[in-house]
Amino acid sequence: MGDILSIVSKRLGLGVVTLLVISIIIFGAVELLPGDIAQAVLGQGATEENLAAMREQLGLDRAAPIRYFEWLGNAVTGDFGRSLVSQQPVSEAISTRFANTLFLALYAAFIAVPVAIFLGVLVALYRNTVFDRVANVVTLTSISSPEFFLGYILILFLSVQTGYFPAIAKIDDGMSLIDKLDRTFLPALTMVLVVVAHMMRMTRASIINLLASPYVEMARLKGVPAWKVIVKHTLPNAWAPVINVVALNLAYLITGVVLVEVVFVYPGIGQLLVDAVTKRDFPVVQACCLIFAATFILLNLAADVGSILTNPRLRHPK
Amino acid sequence: MNYFIIGFYALLIGVSSLAAFYQKRTAFLLLFSLTLVSFIMGIVGGEAMLWSVTILAGLIAFSAGVSFSFREFLVILLPADLAKAMRTAPLTAGFGLFVIFTYAIAGIFAPIIAPYGEADVISSAFAPADENMLLGADQLGRDMFSRIIYGARNTVGLALLATILAFAMGATAGLYAATVGGKLDQLLGRVVDVIMSIPSLIFSLLLLSIFGTNTVTLIIVIAIIYAPRVFRLARSVGGNVVVMDYIEAAKLRGEGNWYLIRKEILPNSSAPLIAEFGLEFCFVFLLVAGLSFLGLGIQPPTADWGSMVRENATLISFGEITPLIPAAAIALLTVAVNFVVDWMLFMSSGLKEQ
Repeated sequence: MGDILSIVSKRLGLGVVTLLVISIIIFGAVELLPGDIAQAVLGQGATEENLAAMREQLGLDRAAPIRYFEWLGNAVTGDFGRSLVSQQPVSEAISTRFANTLFLALYAAFIAVPVAIFLGVLVALYRNTVFDRVANVVTLTSISSPEFFLGYILILFLSVQTGYFPAIAKIDDGMSLIDKLDRTFLPALTMVLVVVAHMMRMTRASIINLLASPYVEMARLKGVPAWKVIVKHTLPNAWAPVINVVALNLAYLITGVVLVEVVFVYPGIGQLLVDAVTKRDFPVVQACCLIFAATFILLNLAADVGSILTNPRLRHPK
Repeated sequence: MNYFIIGFYALLIGVSSLAAFYQKRTAFLLLFSLTLVSFIMGIVGGEAMLWSVTILAGLIAFSAGVSFSFREFLVILLPADLAKAMRTAPLTAGFGLFVIFTYAIAGIFAPIIAPYGEADVISSAFAPADENMLLGADQLGRDMFSRIIYGARNTVGLALLATILAFAMGATAGLYAATVGGKLDQLLGRVVDVIMSIPSLIFSLLLLSIFGTNTVTLIIVIAIIYAPRVFRLARSVGGNVVVMDYIEAAKLRGEGNWYLIRKEILPNSSAPLIAEFGLEFCFVFLLVAGLSFLGLGIQPPTADWGSMVRENATLISFGEITPLIPAAAIALLTVAVNFVVDWMLFMSSGLKEQ
């Protein structure tokens, strides 16, 4: 067991290093601005006094490395500075919105993961039949469609024409969970459509990969029925890739949420990021990017660690 | 019960019985499950639902017919070795090639095909379709149809340029790293790891917020974000080729690195790289569409599919499908490229699932 701990901690350490490098990129990218932040925000017509005041306020007179460490130290404790546009602390705007985004992503994941694994096993069982071909074409179409296309189709059919669900997913803290789930059903469904397609294909591929193994052949020769081969012999060995698939798609959910939030006017962090980019509100952009990147890396890490833990062969590398 | 409903079910049941009689297992399964599904749909949605099933089936049959004839057309036109591969291509690949061909025609001859210019205001805002405007007008009174045709040139063109640039950078660096190995290989590998660990949409938003959104920056930013994927593939494909004996022989002949890459490694790793080009194009195309949809991609008044969806989105709340057409155009091209890539991957790997 000592081995596995060291592998996992190595992976975690690598994740922390990656995150640090990314924080440098996010911070450094803003430093690359032609001129500096003050000039970019105030524009060509700014007077010298205004520029100086803004630089003073942002502490731009100090060297970049010092400001980087300050920024990072504050970010770790949850302080991302103040928005250039509204002058509000960034963390205030972000915290509720991030919770909303997580809520939406989890909602989608709760529907998507069981459905995708079930369907993935099903098409692996009926591979190369008509159903498999149809599933292949349908999932490919769903993957290839931009999220806003799926979103607007759902709005058109399930909201405008039939009125089953609201087209705009405005939620606030006062609402009950049922209300929230109803309001956010369409954005969640949009993401479910994309993610299920991805997960289904990957689950199918990893199960079919395993079906070529000798022990599956053995089980077949024994006369084990096809579904039992999959459920008892293949699936337990497919957990590692499947966990990987799930974690990767959750990571996708967290970032793919940006477009969906804009389509449904959902008060999440993605919309905040897009607004901040249009207004060139750099502290907000930096904070949002850092949070997205951190979540993404965390979930990728979870994928790696999960597949190490479920695979005996990875636990004892040669 | 009217004649349409009776005819609908009679046809489905009749044809599926025929399929069963002639032992066409696949066709029977497909038709009979369609019959069962339309029973449920008929009960839930009534005649209107059955009409949409009929129209959908007709569309699928039509596109299957088109793909079949296009495939046969290519088989006749292409030289012998390509024609042989073409003959065994699945219908989906034929369909994909046909769609790509159509888009290419639309993009190249946009000014000739489109009745109006992309920025010409010719009518009032959101004017409905009439004999002059096939699809009505957009939010400023420009012809929707012309803008969609021009979009094929602008959106696809930009995505194609970005993909080519990403590919040139990624493939060159990847093959070079595979050939040289050592410190440089390690270093590039780490850089690529870091870039790939940032979600691409987020990274492009960050970079675009800093460098602004003009076409050239857009292309460069997207190329930088997607080059690492190509690098990884080129590195691993190249790595497999580099260990071959003929590379050793070429090295002993005293050939330089660039010769090795161009004449020995590239020809032997082109198949997976070409397939990757298609996949990469899909990713880039979706990213460009997404960015334009967010208002951060191609800037107005240039016609672009992503921003057209956003600008006309209000029409959807009136039950109009016009804003969905540019979005569908994006989806259709991506699907088409994916179909072709699927087929190419299948051919190049000789991958035969059991």
